Amino acid sequence: MTLWRQAALLLGFQLRDELRTGEVIAVVIPFGSIALLVIPMAVGIETTLLARIGPGMYWAVVLLFGVVVTQRSTASSTPSHRDALVLLGVDPAARFAATAAASALLLLLFEIGVGLVMIVLYDPVVVGWGWLALVLPLVAIGLAMLGTIAGSVTDGGGALAPLLVAPLAIPILLGAAQATEGLRLGAGILRWILVLALVDVVLALAGVLTARLLEESSR
Amino acid sequence: MPEDPIVAVEGIAVRRPGALILREVSLELRSGEAVGLFGANGSGKTTLLRVLATLTRPSSGGGTVLGASLGTDAVERVRPRIALVAHDPALVANLTLGENLRLLALLAGRGVDDATRSLEAVGLSGASGRRAAVCSNGMRRRAEFARVMLAAPDLLLLDEAHVGLDPAAGDLVAHIVESVTGRGGGVVIVSHERERVGGLIDRSLTLADGRITEVGR
Repeated sequence: MTLWRQAALLLGFQLRDELRTGEVIAVVIPFGSIALLVIPMAVGIETTLLARIGPGMYWAVVLLFGVVVTQRSTASSTPSHRDALVLLGVDPAARFAATAAASALLLLLFEIGVGLVMIVLYDPVVVGWGWLALVLPLVAIGLAMLGTIAGSVTDGGGALAPLLVAPLAIPILLGAAQATEGLRLGAGILRWILVLALVDVVLALAGVLTARLLEESSR
Repeated sequence: MPEDPIVAVEGIAVRRPGALILREVSLELRSGEAVGLFGANGSGKTTLLRVLATLTRPSSGGGTVLGASLGTDAVERVRPRIALVAHDPALVANLTLGENLRLLALLAGRGVDDATRSLEAVGLSGASGRRAAVCSNGMRRRAEFARVMLAAPDLLLLDEAHVGLDPAAGDLVAHIVESVTGRGGGVVIVSHERERVGGLIDRSLTLADGRITEVGR
């Protein structure tokens, strides 16, 4: 069986598992929305200020709560299940790809859900909304892979994973924030798209190449 | 010419920071043989089982499992011929028993029907749609045996396989052990209950403080 077929099977069952627990949809998205709601209460309801800081606040929330999405309980297997997959001959890179893909889809859902809340609360001025169709998936994929690698390094996440992800996600946060700032100012954002794409490629290579090593070290 | 042993390991040691879990363990498991592994908690039984499952790399010593040398890439080829039933079931809690078995069947290159049949064989066809999280320990253990049937392994490793099982399920364990040994495979059973597994094994080994201290019939 090919690596991609293994990854596709694992992805399907992981998403089914996640939909049953509802951790991201029922907990993380509402919690992220509340975070966006309390910021105007803290800085004051000045519409011009909110419109200006809205996208930045949005990306900060995506980064911080995105870590929670990647470290959700359904993203890691029990040791026995992991052993069973190893004995079945499942490629560690397939497991990485499946977990990262599930996280990316859930992060995209999170970005869209929280993004709508941000638009309603902050009313940001953004020109060229179409570019977001590229920026949002690139950020989701990057954060998902970073979170999956961190989860493997810390053997199932725990308190250490967010500490690992947050600083390493700075290039993603920077690229995303600069891209939306460029859209607000009506400037070109191609170079920031390329930065995000490059980070994703580097993380994909790192994830696939270290998957076996990380799996063996966790046993 | 004698058949190659299922397992032939010698001088196996497993070190962990501050502890020597296994020391100088040698074991041969022949085709069609079932061995019982006994010992107190912390004596190294589970670690030895994981070494035989190729999941734990020995710190020193070596040998072969199903003809593959431990610590080499060759073990990856034989892993699908090994089944390990550990303390905790290898089930995803929020998936149904049927979904769990289907996932494993598909990953093993088998059909969905094979998963259904294996659940039927362990008496769980009526519980196929029940989530693993809400099943009893005994049902989860039976589902583990369905997984073993699906894998049809040449080396079966059972870690406290009788825990949480009623007498009828005990017969199921006997049936599975006999089916593996009957087709020339090997079985290692870790247990605290000598009386319960006594009829299933050809000989017994006792581990104490990481060493084999006793070899029985």
